[in-house]
Amino acid sequence: MASGAELTSKEYITHHLTNWSVGEGFWTWHVDTLGWSILTGLIFLFSFRAVAKKANAGVPTKWQCAVEMVVEFVNDTVKSTFHGKSAVIAPLALTIFVWVFLMNLMDLIPVDFIPQAAQLIGGAMGYDPHHVYMKVVPTTDLNMTIALALGVFILMIGYSIKIKGVGGFIKELTTQPFNTPWLYWFNFILELVALLAKPLSLALRLFGNLYAGELIFILIALLGVWQLPLHFPWAMFHILVITLQAFIFMVLTVVYLSMAHEKH
Amino acid sequence: MNINATLIGELIAFLVFVIACMKWVWPPIIGAIETRQQKIADGLAASDRAEQDLRLAQENAKKQLIEAKAQGAALIDQAKKREAQIIEEAAVKAQAEREKILTQAKAEVEAERIRAKEDLRKQVAALAVAGAERILQREIDEAAHSDILEKLVAEL
Repeated sequence: MASGAELTSKEYITHHLTNWSVGEGFWTWHVDTLGWSILTGLIFLFSFRAVAKKANAGVPTKWQCAVEMVVEFVNDTVKSTFHGKSAVIAPLALTIFVWVFLMNLMDLIPVDFIPQAAQLIGGAMGYDPHHVYMKVVPTTDLNMTIALALGVFILMIGYSIKIKGVGGFIKELTTQPFNTPWLYWFNFILELVALLAKPLSLALRLFGNLYAGELIFILIALLGVWQLPLHFPWAMFHILVITLQAFIFMVLTVVYLSMAHEKH
Repeated sequence: MNINATLIGELIAFLVFVIACMKWVWPPIIGAIETRQQKIADGLAASDRAEQDLRLAQENAKKQLIEAKAQGAALIDQAKKREAQIIEEAAVKAQAEREKILTQAKAEVEAERIRAKEDLRKQVAALAVAGAERILQREIDEAAHSDILEKLVAEL
């Protein structure tokens, strides 16, 4: 709680959980979410691209080994779940896994480091430091997780229509579980809920886990001296959450897309 | 925490990242991994094959060694037999030669003996004639009695 004695706990928490926003109404942009997510995405792309450019079947370098381990892990996971042929699903799963992991990883940077630095820079540039907001972890922003889930959802619909056709997709939504015409409306409600629950659960699971984790870091940071022994075990535990959530997001994406591929 | 335009921005970013990954990241890496896996599998198969080849070659060599040993032993055996045969043949030949030489020598000796005997006989005849001549010089006419002497000589 370095940001000044005049700040109450509530103000401190609220300050940490507010995005740096530009714009009004719907056209508000969360600059911090966009910035950090694109930065981590570019880190992912460029670090993996560096390997891809020099990739050969000879003796790999150490970094190439590490990257190949991740790629092979994703590839195995995709292969064990998804049995069709698709050039999109494996790269998609890799992007989701590494990108979400890196965004989640921002949570392990001590909660005040970057916001404090931003306040100092903002103050130096003549802004009121109390109105300089910097929320570092993009996955604690619902916009971010819903965007990811929406991307997956669009792909799900796209694949369903591509594999089964529009008629097949509609049939899938209406003819089960009760295969009698006068219950089709009921089936449709059930299936629609099931369909919409998929992206919603994806988005809310990732958001909830990371938001809660971030909040606990902030709460621990309020404990004064006691935060020192507490941050460490929570960070250790959080490493698990970070990796697990990235993995779950990837696996569920693959599962949903392979379900969209299946014909009934 | 409200939903706003950030969602659209992130959706576009997500799309761009996935496409970039699909185009420039995934194919080369997975290609390299699969090629290496193939190479390793080939290498392992080759090493298995080489091991089997080695075992076969070793067995072959052992077999050939045994065969060569047997051949050598047979050769030595044959040579020993031949040697004995040659020695025997030589011995037989030598024996025959010895017999021949011996016979020849005996014949020569016999001929020599006969010749010597003839000489001796002639000499004895001459001597006897000479002796008789001397004894009978005075009373015997050599010419008159020569036919008797001749008979005597022939009897010797």
